[in-house]
Amino acid sequence: MTTRLSARGVVRRFPGVLALGGVDLDAGPGEVVALVGENGAGKSTLLKCLAGLERPDGGSMTYEGGVWAPRSTAEAASGGVALVHQELCLAENLSAAENIGLGREPRRGWMPLVDRQALRERAAHALERVGATFGPDVKVERLAAGQRQLVEIAKGIDQDARVLILDEPTSSLTSKETARLFELVHQLRADDITVLYVSHRLTEILELADRAFVLRDGQNAGHLTRDELTREAMVRMMVGRDLAPPAARPEAGRASSAPVLELRELVTDAFPAAAVDLTVRPGELVGLAGLVGAGRTELLETVFGLRASVSGEVRVSGQPERFRGPRDAAAAGLALVPEDRKLQGLLLEEGVRVNTALATLDRRRRRGLVDGAAERAVAAAQVERLGVRTAGIEQVVQTLSGGNQQKVVVGRWLAAEPSILLMDEPTRGVDVGAREELYLLLERLAADGLAVLFASSDMEELLRLADRVVVLHDGQVTGTLDRSVATEEAVMELATGGSREYGVTTT
Amino acid sequence: MTDSTGAREVQVDGSSRLAGWGKVLGIFGLLVAIVVTTGAMNPRFFGAENLENVLQRTALFGIIGIGAAFPIVTAGIDLSIGSVIALVATSLPLLLDAGVPAGAAVVAVLLLAAGLGVIHGLLITRMGLQPFVVTLCGLLVYRGVARYIVDDQTMGFGSDHDGLRSLATGRPFSIGALDVPAPALVLVAVAVLAAVFLGRSVWGRWMLALGRNATAARYAGVPVERVTILAYVICSLLAGVGGVLFALDVNSVQPASMGNFYELYAIAAAVLGGCSLRGGEGSILGVVLGAAVMRLLYNSIVLLGIPSQLEFAIVGGVLLLGAVADEVVRRLAEARRARERARARTERTT
Repeated sequence: MTTRLSARGVVRRFPGVLALGGVDLDAGPGEVVALVGENGAGKSTLLKCLAGLERPDGGSMTYEGGVWAPRSTAEAASGGVALVHQELCLAENLSAAENIGLGREPRRGWMPLVDRQALRERAAHALERVGATFGPDVKVERLAAGQRQLVEIAKGIDQDARVLILDEPTSSLTSKETARLFELVHQLRADDITVLYVSHRLTEILELADRAFVLRDGQNAGHLTRDELTREAMVRMMVGRDLAPPAARPEAGRASSAPVLELRELVTDAFPAAAVDLTVRPGELVGLAGLVGAGRTELLETVFGLRASVSGEVRVSGQPERFRGPRDAAAAGLALVPEDRKLQGLLLEEGVRVNTALATLDRRRRRGLVDGAAERAVAAAQVERLGVRTAGIEQVVQTLSGGNQQKVVVGRWLAAEPSILLMDEPTRGVDVGAREELYLLLERLAADGLAVLFASSDMEELLRLADRVVVLHDGQVTGTLDRSVATEEAVMELATGGSREYGVTTT
Repeated sequence: MTDSTGAREVQVDGSSRLAGWGKVLGIFGLLVAIVVTTGAMNPRFFGAENLENVLQRTALFGIIGIGAAFPIVTAGIDLSIGSVIALVATSLPLLLDAGVPAGAAVVAVLLLAAGLGVIHGLLITRMGLQPFVVTLCGLLVYRGVARYIVDDQTMGFGSDHDGLRSLATGRPFSIGALDVPAPALVLVAVAVLAAVFLGRSVWGRWMLALGRNATAARYAGVPVERVTILAYVICSLLAGVGGVLFALDVNSVQPASMGNFYELYAIAAAVLGGCSLRGGEGSILGVVLGAAVMRLLYNSIVLLGIPSQLEFAIVGGVLLLGAVADEVVRRLAEARRARERARARTERTT
């Protein structure tokens, strides 16, 4: 097969950091090439070099037989290499057409005015090619995540891209949207377009990729052809070792104890027509499954007092509670590790100590003042317990990896010694190794009697961790699956609104 | 090997706190430079009378500067300081003329100021209005009210209230030839309280945390609304304290001009002293030094015979220079940290 785009020994240094230490990659026409690796392995940097966002410090890149050294994304895109960002970079206040043509607007003759008609036609054509069901005039702010993705891809198509780089394209898509994206990728491949595909979700790579390059610590860790492509092979190359199989947990005593958290006909403001009943017992790991927008986050936030409930009741250890805010909830023994740790979890510019102590400052206060010694002790204890890899408790959390940042947020709440731990997407953006550590930690905590209720979009995670999976659809519980009967198919069926009986238990 | 690892750990370890001290040291260096240059060029600078004057003005502006720092720490701003000063400065003589006892009058105007802070805080937290808008309206409203209640008349304390006036004009003790002004003692008291509050108290830590990331603070159970309101109350209260002292100091309060632009001096002192308008950063000692630098600049403009029309230009220039220097230092520190980390990583893996 011929090579369309290649990288040979690409080096990229950041002040003091070697992000890429001589990486190779090649991709041919009509090929889907996956790029796999843990966070910080150098995937994004390599993509940015190829797409003109970063310039390599060494090595060479070729494209269609010539030297490839784009100095900007605009230059790369006009050459035919388009990057679809992980966090979609669209101007929400503009229409789909305006976004597709952004920076390359057709002019009306010599005048600095946009030829709106030409722009609309171009955009409509591109949108049709990606299979969009909306028109070019719709404002991006009114589009769902999957539709926005299509706008981004249409933008690449509009630029006659021959190489399309998709960086974590499914991270915010529903499964239906994901399926549609896969169809599109197959179609692009059939149209002889090269797709570079980056994802943490190895299932997607197994399904889509013709070949995969695995990166680790800024180096090539291996290359897998279609025949060699298995989950185990990828994981082994990514982490450089085999992962231990999950250990079975003792179930003794769990079912018999009284629920520590009970939701009785709880109605959230997001779904005023849906009442949720749910119980969690000490030592239980209950998973909340559902599609994006099914109301999992809203439910957790309502339980934690971040949103007012419309009606219904939250009971903690049998006591009805009325939380006016997270403070009340925390005082009652609840903890919430939020979905977006950078936005909702961390003070990024502060150190591990300040971040860890934040939720428990007033419990350890001495005459209104922060107890410095206790604060340091708490931070050090959580770092030790969770195995946070940090140079010390003063290291600024911004400089930690995603997994270690997540551990800091978890540690903050474990320091509060909760009886109920709520987690929203416990391992989003956490790399494989740290993910496994968090799973083991949660299992250990549950074994010690903690009740855990976690929402997850990651099917593997749900099936790996949950004793029971509660599935939501449009804010409503469509079913509860015990571990023994929880399968990917069963969860999906319920998540998409299906009501087939899958050994549904009543709780 | 263990030695060097230990040393590096201390460096990375202390980086977030050292950055704060670096700013304070920087502003202190600037202060020393102004003192040395001005003193060398005009020996009158070191005269007791001049130093007393500088100290008096530094104290007054330092108090309102400390106040301004609190909303800034929460990533907000208070533009109403100058008008709160005007309102307090006109209300106080008005109350005294009406026969209210001095102590009660002072307490009343301070409560008035604190009450305005509560209103600002409620509008910002409960109504969700922007601090800039709320306090800009305050700036306009309180100025208008201050002028109206005294019918634009210049207010004074006459000679009946010398006891009260000694709060601002008194010189309780001397250091050598220098008579220390009473407001300097007020400043020291306010600064110590404010520094302990911001640096050591749970509420102070909450304030810094919500300045960094209000959403994260809320998710962590910080009572974000109450802490924010408190920041505006402290600011207005200290503006009130400043208003009382300014009025007693000048003894001739002109409602239309009293305290004009003082919010900008206060904010400038806070920013020069290391508060970031992005929130979450601030040192009270820095703010006091910032206020001192501002007054010293003004003093040297006078003493060195620089045309006084240039005052704003010079103050603005110094502020800009400070901001640029701060950014340069920050970037250098960041690059150094990244290098340290990379070295630590390579040493770990080898």
